[in-house]
Amino acid sequence: MSETILTVDNLHVAFKTQTGKLTAVRGVSFDLKKGETLAIVGESGSGKSVTAKSIMQLLPAATTEVTKGDIVYNGKSLLKMSKRQVTDLRGSEISMVFQDPMTSLNPTMKVGKQIMEGVQRHEQLTKAQARNRALEMLKLVGIPQAENRLDNYPHQFSGGMRQRVVIALALACNPKVLIADEPTTALDVTIQAQILDLMKDLQKKTETAIILITHDLGVVANMADRVAVMYGGKIVEQGTLDEIFYNPQHPYTLGLLQSMPKLNEDRSQPLLPIAGSPPNLATLGEGCAFAARCPHTMAVCHTYTPRDTVTETGHSVACWLQDDRVAGSRDLVETGSPS
Amino acid sequence: MKRYLLQRIGFMLITLFIIVTATFFLMQLLPGTPFTNPEKLTDSQLAILNAKYGLDQPVAIQYIQYIGNLVQGDLGYSFQHEGRTVTSMISDRIGPSAFIGLQALVIGAIIGLVLGIVSALKHNSLLDYGSVTLAVLGMSIPSFVFAALLQYYVGVKLEWLPVALWEGYSSTLLPSIALSVTVTATVARFIRSEMLEVIGQDYIITARAKGLKENQVIVKHVIRNALIPVVTMLGPLAVSIMTGTLVIEKIFAVPGLGEQFTLSILVLDYSVIMGITIFYSALFIFVVFVVDIIYSFLDPRINYKGESA
Amino acid sequence: MTKNIPHFPPHQDLQAQNQYAYDEIPSDLFVKAPLDQRKSEEIGTPSVSFWKEAFQRLIKNKGAMISLVMLVLLIALALIGPSLNEFSYREQNLAHSNMPPKVEGLEWLGFNGQNSAGVDQYAERDVQINYWFGTDEFGRDLWTRVWKGTQISLFIALVAAFLDLVIGVIYGGISSFYGGRIDNVMQRIIEILMGIPNLIVIILFILVLEPGITSIILAMVITGWVGMARVVRGQVLQLKGQEFVLASRTLGASNPRLISKHLLPNVMGPIIVTVMFTIPTAIFFEAFLSFIGLGLQAPLASLGVLIEDGYKSMRYFPYKLIFPALVISIIMISFNLLGDGLRDALDPKMRK
Ligand SMILES: Nc1ncnc2c1ncn2[C@@H]1O[C@H](COP(=O)(O)OP(=O)(O)O)[C@@H](O)[C@H]1O
Ligand code: SF4
Ligand SMILES: [Mg+2]
Repeated sequence: MSETILTVDNLHVAFKTQTGKLTAVRGVSFDLKKGETLAIVGESGSGKSVTAKSIMQLLPAATTEVTKGDIVYNGKSLLKMSKRQVTDLRGSEISMVFQDPMTSLNPTMKVGKQIMEGVQRHEQLTKAQARNRALEMLKLVGIPQAENRLDNYPHQFSGGMRQRVVIALALACNPKVLIADEPTTALDVTIQAQILDLMKDLQKKTETAIILITHDLGVVANMADRVAVMYGGKIVEQGTLDEIFYNPQHPYTLGLLQSMPKLNEDRSQPLLPIAGSPPNLATLGEGCAFAARCPHTMAVCHTYTPRDTVTETGHSVACWLQDDRVAGSRDLVETGSPS
Repeated sequence: MKRYLLQRIGFMLITLFIIVTATFFLMQLLPGTPFTNPEKLTDSQLAILNAKYGLDQPVAIQYIQYIGNLVQGDLGYSFQHEGRTVTSMISDRIGPSAFIGLQALVIGAIIGLVLGIVSALKHNSLLDYGSVTLAVLGMSIPSFVFAALLQYYVGVKLEWLPVALWEGYSSTLLPSIALSVTVTATVARFIRSEMLEVIGQDYIITARAKGLKENQVIVKHVIRNALIPVVTMLGPLAVSIMTGTLVIEKIFAVPGLGEQFTLSILVLDYSVIMGITIFYSALFIFVVFVVDIIYSFLDPRINYKGESA
Repeated sequence: MTKNIPHFPPHQDLQAQNQYAYDEIPSDLFVKAPLDQRKSEEIGTPSVSFWKEAFQRLIKNKGAMISLVMLVLLIALALIGPSLNEFSYREQNLAHSNMPPKVEGLEWLGFNGQNSAGVDQYAERDVQINYWFGTDEFGRDLWTRVWKGTQISLFIALVAAFLDLVIGVIYGGISSFYGGRIDNVMQRIIEILMGIPNLIVIILFILVLEPGITSIILAMVITGWVGMARVVRGQVLQLKGQEFVLASRTLGASNPRLISKHLLPNVMGPIIVTVMFTIPTAIFFEAFLSFIGLGLQAPLASLGVLIEDGYKSMRYFPYKLIFPALVISIIMISFNLLGDGLRDALDPKMRK
C-alpha cells in the first residue's frame, strides 16, 4: 500500500492568453500511493483542474506550457513520453471523471458504445467481448437493467446515473489512478452521497488510487486519506486527513474549515466565510498569495514567498507563521476567531 | 410520432393555404390586364377571353374555383401562351433547374465541408484565414455578379465553357458553379463554427481521456457531431439556390423554372407567376419539413415533438 | 520502482524552491502588517464596463476595422463623388457614348481610354475631357452614376434596416413582454411568415406596388422585420427569467435603471449585430430586383440597375459591369465582416 504510483514534482503550468502569460499552477508537488485517496481542496480558480488535466495532458497543447517541474508515473516521466505513449496510458492506467455528467458524455453516441470504445482501444477484444465488459461495468456501478441501458443515449439517464456511466467508463480498463475532478459538485446532495459511496466501494475492489478534487470539505472528510489544500496555484498545506482537520497550520486551511458547516459540531458556532476574493493569477508576483485576505499577514508575507516547512506533527505548510523569527502570537485560532 | 407528423402536416397545409390566398388576392391588385396589347382587342374579343379564363366571374367565385382546381393539381392556363397549362409549364421547366440546383448543392456541400473542416482543425493557421476569407467573399459577392464575371472570364475570354447555350452536360457547369458559391461559403462557415464549438465540449475531453487516438476523436466524435446540424442548413440553402436560379438561369439561358418566372414577371403572365410562387413556397415548406424529420433521426436528443430533451 | 523519489514531504531541498536565501530575510519583517482595504480591493480583477470591453475587442479585429474604414470611405464617396466632376447622373451626351475609362496617370491600371479592340477612343473621337469610369451608351458619366447609385442603394438599405428595427423591436417587445396568449398568436404569425421564401413575397409586392424606391423599401420591410422581432423576443425572454433582473427588482432598482443598466446592454448587442447583417441583405435584394427587371426606372440609378446595364453590354464594354460590381462587392464584404466583428465583440457568451 505504500508504494508511490504517481509523483507531481514542483509543477508549473502557464497559459498563453490574449492579455499575456497566466501561470495557473505555480509549484505543485505531491505523491500518490497505491490504493490511497488524496483529496485536493481549494476555492474555484485555485488551479485544481489545471493540475489534474496536466497529469492527463488534456490541456490545449497550443496555449499551454509546463514551464517547470515533472510528473512521474510508475517511475517514468509523463512529460517526456511520446504522444502515443501518453494516449496508451490514458484510460488504461490513469483515468479521469469530470465535474459535469450532463456534458461529459457524447450526446449522440450510445453509452454502451462510449464505454466499448475505450476498452477496444486498450485491449484486444472482440466487439462482443467489449460489449460484455461494458455491460459488466454498468452493472458494477449499479445501473438497473443494464442490458437495456447499453443502447440508450446519455440524455435518457438522470444526472446521477450519467455520472455512474462516466465512472464505469473511467474504470473499464481497471486503471491504477483515477482522477475525479469535482465528481459530485453538479449533483443533488442525496445523489452525491451515493456516488461517493460507489467510488469508495469500487476502490476497495480495484485498489485504484484516487485523486479527489473538490471544494467540499464534507466530501473530503468522508473519502480522503490525505489532503492537499490549494490556493493561488500552490499547495499551501498538505497532510493526513486528521492532521489537516484537527491541526491545521495554514490560515487559509483554517479559514476553509471555519467556513464549513460541520455535521457533528455545535451548530451555534457561526460560519465564517473567508473575506475577499481569490487572487488574480495574471498579476500575482512574489509574496504569499493569501496575504491580501489573511488575518495574520506580516510584512514579510508581501515580499517573500513562504517555503514548505514540515510541522512537528509531520505535515507540510507553506506559511511564514512557521518561521522561528515570528514575533508575537502564532496561534491561528486566537486571532482568527471573532471577538 | 404520428401525432407530431399529423400536426406538422396540418400546419404546413395552413401555411400553404395562407400563401395561396394572399397570392391570389395580391394578383387581383396587379395593375393592367393579363393580355398583351389589350388595346388591339375589341371589346367582344376581350369578353370572350375573359369568359374563357373565368375573369368575368366575381372575385370570390374565381377564388373558390382556383382553390378547387389547385387541390386537383390544376394551376390554370397561361395568359400568354395559348392553351398551355401552368402545371405543364412547371413540369417542363423543372428539370434543368433541379439539375443545376442539385449539382450546385453537391459541389458546394463537398467543397464547403472540406474547407470548413480543414479550417477548424487548423484553427488560426494561414489555411484557416484563407478559407475564412474565401467564405466571406462567397457569402458577400452577389451570385449574379459572380455569375456575370464567370461568364465573362471563363466563357467569353477563355472560351473554356459554353457561355449561354443549353446543350449537353458541359453547359450545366457554369451555372452550377455560379450557384454553388453561396452554398460553399455557407456550409464552410457553418461547419467550421460547429466544429470549433464541438471541439470545446467536455465530451471531447472525455474521449481523449479514454485514450482514443487524435484522429479517432476527430472523426468519431468531433466531425460526426458537427455534421448533424449541417442538415438544418438545407432549408436556407434551398432558398438560396432557388433565389439564385432566378438570375443565373437568365444569365446562362438555362430553360428552367427560374427563367420562366422572370420572363413571366416581365410580361405579367399572372397565372404563371402565381403558379410558380405557390410551387416554390410548397417546395420550401416541404424541404423544411423533411429536414426536420431527418434531423430528428440524426440527433437522438430530439424527440418527435420537435423539442430537445 | 522509484526509490529515489522521496515520499513525503516531496522536497527536501527546500532552498531550491525560491531564488532567495531564507535565512537572510530580516527578522523585523515578521510583524503583523495587513494590506489596507483599498489595496486588497484592487487585487480582484478590475471590472471594465461591458461596452468598453466590447469596443476593445472590436478594435483588435483587423478585418472589422479595415471594413469600417472601407465603409466610411465608400459612404464619403457616395456623398461627394457625384459632385467631384461636372457631370450629372442623368445628363446625356450621345457624342460621348461608350467612352472607356481614362484617368491621367493611371493608364497602366487600364484607365487608358482604349476600347476592347485597343483603340484609344479619346484620340479617335477627339474627346478632351477624361471620364474616370467611362460613360454608358447615352454618354452619361459612369463615375457620377456609380456613386449616385451607391448613394441610392445605401439609402434604400439603411431605411429598410431602420424600419425593420422599429417594427421588430415593437413586435418582439410586445410579444415577449405580454407573453401568454398574445405571445402565442404573435409567434404563430411569425412562423407562417418564416415559412414563405422572402424573395417571392418581395417580388409579388413590387409587382403590386410598381417599382420605385419606396416600393422596394416597403417590399423588403414586409418580411424583413421578422428576424429582428425574433432576436428581440428571444433576448427579452431570456433576460426576464434571469436572476440579476429579479434580484435588482427586489433590491428596489427603478425601472429606468433596470433598463439602462441591465436590459439595454444585453439586448442592444444582438440588435446591433442583426442590423449589421440586415443592411447587406437589403443591398443584395435591391440589386437582385433590379437585375431581374423590377428595380428603379431610368434615369435613376442604383448599384443593381448599373450592374444590370453593365451586364447587358459586358462583352464589349466590360468596364460598365466591373465598377458597380466592385463597389457592391466591397460594400457587402465590409458589412459582413463588420457584422462578424461586432458579433464576436458583443457576444455575451464571451464575457468572463
Ligand atoms: N485553457 C485555459 N486557458 C487559460 N486559462 C485557463 C485555462 N484553463 C484554466 N485557466 C485558468 O487557470 C486558473 C485555474 O483554473 P482551474 O484549475 O480550472 O481552477 P479550479 O481550482 O477551480 O479547478 C483559472 O484562473 C483559469 O481561468
Ligand atoms: S504567509 Fe503570511 S499571509 Fe501567507 S498565510 Fe502565512 S501568515 Fe498569512
Ligand atoms: Mg475545476
